[in-house]
Amino acid sequence: MSQAVAPVRHILIEGNKSYHNITEDLVSPTEKAPSREWIIAFSLSAAFLALYVFCVTWTIWKGIGEWGLNRTINWAWDITNFVWWIGIGHAGTLISAILLLFRQRWRTGVNRAAEAMTIFAVICAGQFPLIHMGRLWLAFFIFPFPNSRGPLWPNFNSPLLWDVFAISTYFSVSLLFWYTGLVPDLATVRDRAKGFRKKMYTIFSFGWTGSAKHWQRWESLSLILAGISTPLVLSVHTIVSFDFATSVIPGWHTTIFPPYFVAGAVFSGFAMVQTLMVITRKVLNLKEYITINHIESMNKVIVLTGTIVGVAYLTELFIAWYSGYIYEQFAFYNRVFGIYWWSYFGMMFCNVVSPQVFWSRKIRRSVWWTFFLSIVINIGMWFERFVIIATTLARDYLPSSWSYYRPTMIEIGLFTGTLGLFFFCYLIFTRVAPVVAIAEVKSILKVAGNQFIGKNANKNGNGNH
Amino acid sequence: MADQSNKVLYGLYNDEEDLKAAVKTASAEHMDIMDVLTPFPVHGLDPILGLKESRLHYLGFIYGAIGALFGFLVMSWVFTRDWPIMFGGKPYWSVPAFIPITFEMTVLFSAWGMTITFYTICGMWPGVKPKILDERITDDKFCVAFNVTNASKDELEGIKGFFKKTKAAEVNEKMI
Repeated sequence: MSQAVAPVRHILIEGNKSYHNITEDLVSPTEKAPSREWIIAFSLSAAFLALYVFCVTWTIWKGIGEWGLNRTINWAWDITNFVWWIGIGHAGTLISAILLLFRQRWRTGVNRAAEAMTIFAVICAGQFPLIHMGRLWLAFFIFPFPNSRGPLWPNFNSPLLWDVFAISTYFSVSLLFWYTGLVPDLATVRDRAKGFRKKMYTIFSFGWTGSAKHWQRWESLSLILAGISTPLVLSVHTIVSFDFATSVIPGWHTTIFPPYFVAGAVFSGFAMVQTLMVITRKVLNLKEYITINHIESMNKVIVLTGTIVGVAYLTELFIAWYSGYIYEQFAFYNRVFGIYWWSYFGMMFCNVVSPQVFWSRKIRRSVWWTFFLSIVINIGMWFERFVIIATTLARDYLPSSWSYYRPTMIEIGLFTGTLGLFFFCYLIFTRVAPVVAIAEVKSILKVAGNQFIGKNANKNGNGNH
Repeated sequence: MADQSNKVLYGLYNDEEDLKAAVKTASAEHMDIMDVLTPFPVHGLDPILGLKESRLHYLGFIYGAIGALFGFLVMSWVFTRDWPIMFGGKPYWSVPAFIPITFEMTVLFSAWGMTITFYTICGMWPGVKPKILDERITDDKFCVAFNVTNASKDELEGIKGFFKKTKAAEVNEKMI
């Protein structure tokens, strides 16, 4: 590699490594028998997945009446969970696409796992609008296709339909991006495997050989996919925010929503990446690849986006007051001091106050603080969506229809069940594919490694420049 | 691709700098390299190997343009010709409301089109039998391969000499 790298750059791969060491370290988790921690985690998520299947079946069998919704509050946990999961997915695309365009080398340690997280999070998100349709078997009506009912088309002017297009495009493009990045690494696994595993990896690696021309096209494809995923990821949460912003409900009808939602999405997504990475690097023994420097970089993104979100909350309050419009003022007074005041203060504390401790370098580089705060932030971001959705609906135009919402056990089961689904998928992924992008890590070894020990190693013992 | 098998003489290098030096020598001597195989994308290899820049991104633009046109025209046709519906007194042909879906269709077509093209031109699909010269190429070896199916004895010696000169760690022959 002949790129100039400033010597002050952090070391991204620790320990003395050769290319072969990297292959060994990163492929071995897929070859060894699962550890006890893995089996415990897997059983637990499988149990929650079973709960999820039960709750979905129950809801579809009995109907949406099994949820705590009523005529006033007709959207609550379902859409909260939907927006929460979609938001989590955004960090994966941000790491893999936007950081690729910005040439941030630290992304190579975490991009693969983060992209996987995106895909599983979008799968979880997609469940909620589908189940809320009630008649799940008619869900395909949302797509425009020539049909025998006229043909009757969906309303292309509706943000809910834009959402259908945005989410399905987002899911399929993320999947292509992730899988194309995975193909060379699956070939590495294939070339070490034997017997049945070899057959499977031969199928899934599509006949990759590592030809120079293929690498060139692969890099070109990755770059363009990153280029189009960047506006895509911004568009997805913008469109999700349009679900609210294009309505005429005070408290929803605000132009600040798109940037505020996107910042919040990146914020919560990075928190979830931290939760996953802290566990993954420990359980799979990848501390030399997902280093404290990676964790610190992500904590910096968290403190930035958390502060943007905080500014957005305050701007919202200021503009409501400044508008001089009593309905808008009431909506925000109600949001802060109304019946759901505890969720507002929970949100403020978790999202705005708690990440500020990351201004301290010591805390930014502490694994325990990172893990603890990543969970606090995820709770806070869930509260944010709940605050926006339920509080606003609970106090509508007509005081006689004001109401209160409580989730039923089925709704709680659905939400915790998607957590089970998410971790179930993620744990399987850690067993079948390399969690860290092998080829990409090899390509930065000489410029960002601690000490490259292969041939042509820098004799000073510092391969950092 | 099911072409007949070729006899391939290949050398393995331990480092990408050795590989680049070898490829430089080969192109200076006008040798006909069949392929260069590496475990990761080696930067700066393409110009020495004489590979032209990939044209995949032009196709990405074309696919995206097709997607944008398709999405926009379908929505326009549905709402002005096939089944016009009045929503809140807005015009039938409400162009700003079509922008989000048009954008999503652009991205969708471009991504799928490019990815399918990529796998097709590389001859890669599930079930393709990989032509593996050496299983360590996806690990830590850098390979230069020559097609020697119809090579004369002199040519073979020349290639072997080249490998020796460029300090290849191993030289092997294989039918693929």
